[in-house]
Amino acid sequence: MTEKIIQVDALARVEGEGALYVKLNGDVLEKCEFRIFEPPRFFEAFLQGRDYHEAPDITSRICGICPIAYIASSSQAMEQALGIEITPEIHALRRALYCGEWIQSHTLHAAMLHAPDFLGLDSAMDIARDAPDLVRKALRLKKLGNTLMEVIGGRAVHPVNTRVGGFYTAPPRAAIEALLPELDWGAQAARELALDFARFDFPDDEGDYHFVSLTHPEVYPIIEGRIGSSRGLDIAPAEWEAHFVEEHVARSNALHGHMRDGSAYLTGPLARYALNFARLSPTAQQTARDCGLGEVVTNPFKSILVRMVEVQYAVEEAARILRGYTPPAPAFVEAAAPRAGTGHGATEAPRGLCYHSYRLDGEGRIVEARIVPPTSQNQPQIEADLARVVQANLALNDGALKLRCEQTIRNYDPCISCATHFLKLTVDRG
Amino acid sequence: MANPKLAVWKFASCDGCQLTLLDCEDELLEIAGRVDIAEFLEASSGRSGGPYDVSLVEGSVTTAHDAQRIQEIRANSKVLITIGACATAGGIQSLRNFADVAEFTRQVYAHPDYISTLATATPISDHVKVDFELRGCPINKRQLIELISATLAGRTPHVPKTSQCTECKAHGTVCVLVAHGTPCLGPVTQAGCGNLCPSHGRGCYGCFGPKEAPNPESLSARLAELGETPRQIRDLYRSFNAAAPDFSRESQRHD
Repeated sequence: MTEKIIQVDALARVEGEGALYVKLNGDVLEKCEFRIFEPPRFFEAFLQGRDYHEAPDITSRICGICPIAYIASSSQAMEQALGIEITPEIHALRRALYCGEWIQSHTLHAAMLHAPDFLGLDSAMDIARDAPDLVRKALRLKKLGNTLMEVIGGRAVHPVNTRVGGFYTAPPRAAIEALLPELDWGAQAARELALDFARFDFPDDEGDYHFVSLTHPEVYPIIEGRIGSSRGLDIAPAEWEAHFVEEHVARSNALHGHMRDGSAYLTGPLARYALNFARLSPTAQQTARDCGLGEVVTNPFKSILVRMVEVQYAVEEAARILRGYTPPAPAFVEAAAPRAGTGHGATEAPRGLCYHSYRLDGEGRIVEARIVPPTSQNQPQIEADLARVVQANLALNDGALKLRCEQTIRNYDPCISCATHFLKLTVDRG
Repeated sequence: MANPKLAVWKFASCDGCQLTLLDCEDELLEIAGRVDIAEFLEASSGRSGGPYDVSLVEGSVTTAHDAQRIQEIRANSKVLITIGACATAGGIQSLRNFADVAEFTRQVYAHPDYISTLATATPISDHVKVDFELRGCPINKRQLIELISATLAGRTPHVPKTSQCTECKAHGTVCVLVAHGTPCLGPVTQAGCGNLCPSHGRGCYGCFGPKEAPNPESLSARLAELGETPRQIRDLYRSFNAAAPDFSRESQRHD
């Protein structure tokens, strides 16, 4: 029997530093690891002792690509801990801001990090040589997402205008109205890109996934709803600990998320889509159908299409919220007084469920922080996908198999920077 | 003449500063046409190897392996430029410098023995010669484009080292500290973000780091008069540029 090792020491077109290692003995898969070696940054440790209102700004620095996920989840958790009820207007504006993050993050991944895999190219800059219009369209769409974040959040990377309870300042009506024509363009552009990508040659692959995402009876969930799953889970975010665990394994600086029974699950676009297809706009549903997608997608290579369907939805949703916008007054709801308590927040980051919980002391200082990002939850499922893909493609030559493995990881848009910083607090210092 | 070879490197960071390069949507394809991108792992799987004409470095040094890696990058780079607060001052992860990192690790990891990390998060300039430092958490897009244009033209980038206060004055932004008594690090923080926080009605939280020759003692005295506690004053300096010497010293005065 011949031993074969497939190793990629530094994965490209992912956010952060990761590697993969696959060991085959003949046709038998002996080892399959997705390693995260991004150095730990100890967020949950140094949050202890900080004021509750600092959590959104500090945790946004976990990820430059999805800062709103951290801002929104931590704000939500603090609002619950402090008994703050935000107004429907503030909720809507936060949702529109989050749409901006979905648009820029998904478009970045789909067009610039993922699409090159299907075209056999190294980067979006290489795509631009043959298809400059496609790349320009994607860049303009990504810019639209960033502009939404700038107008509502004050800055595209690490926004400054958000706070626990809402916003420092309500964006002026004129600035919001100026976004509307570009949003009208963006919905069509997202659809066109989805249809362009639908022409790619997708590898045959089907995962048997346990999908986990927020679910909501009325809207496609972003910052609202309960945590549901394709196998019947239906819990409030506060019940997280009873159903999920994180495990520290030697090969990774990120914790691995599991269900309490030890099984893997999947969070992210495929899960949101499968559990909430009926809440997408009719136009986004139509794009999905025109791309050949059913109401549940289990081929992870087609996640690129689901991301573009979600971009179309996010553009339409932002336009829906912002058309007829009236600046919320007040722009934020203040806590009556700091108080001891615990709060939980769960929102849908572009890559999936982002769960936070905080325990506060009587002065509103953080005693304990728990942050669970999507990529660490997906890590066991990524390894299961790798094993499945390797087994199904043993006939490929080494170079092609290695590329297929890299692509299997990139299907997840893994955010390794995020995943690394999540370290379970095991000592109560309160 | 061949295009200059550009490399983008990542150390401990959030990726936001290299993302800012990809966020130059209107300029990206033009920039890509003027340089040979020899290393930019976040955006491309193409790696043509060194030596490099220009290296942009994001992130701070937090592991022994990274301390070695930055030496190799320096040896292979004609010009080395750091981008962002992590690379120029250690970043938010430098909060460990004020704590016992072994204790941090024991607290937060089930298996501390799996973890290999240094006791401190340090800026790139603690390890190698840095030719230019671009500030910000994150860096500002316009400053990044100026940096790239200037570097390609072989001139020094025009990046002001004055305080945030000058930006507020230039934009006609009402002073939140004077008018509303809102704690603000603007007087001791370098300009460059584009006058963001005060124009949104909040105080500057110092993400561009200390300005040239700041006077934080004087600012802290005013913050104390406004009712800020020593702990609050300490934490104000102790965030994204906590390990920058001027902020670090001032935070320790209130510890």
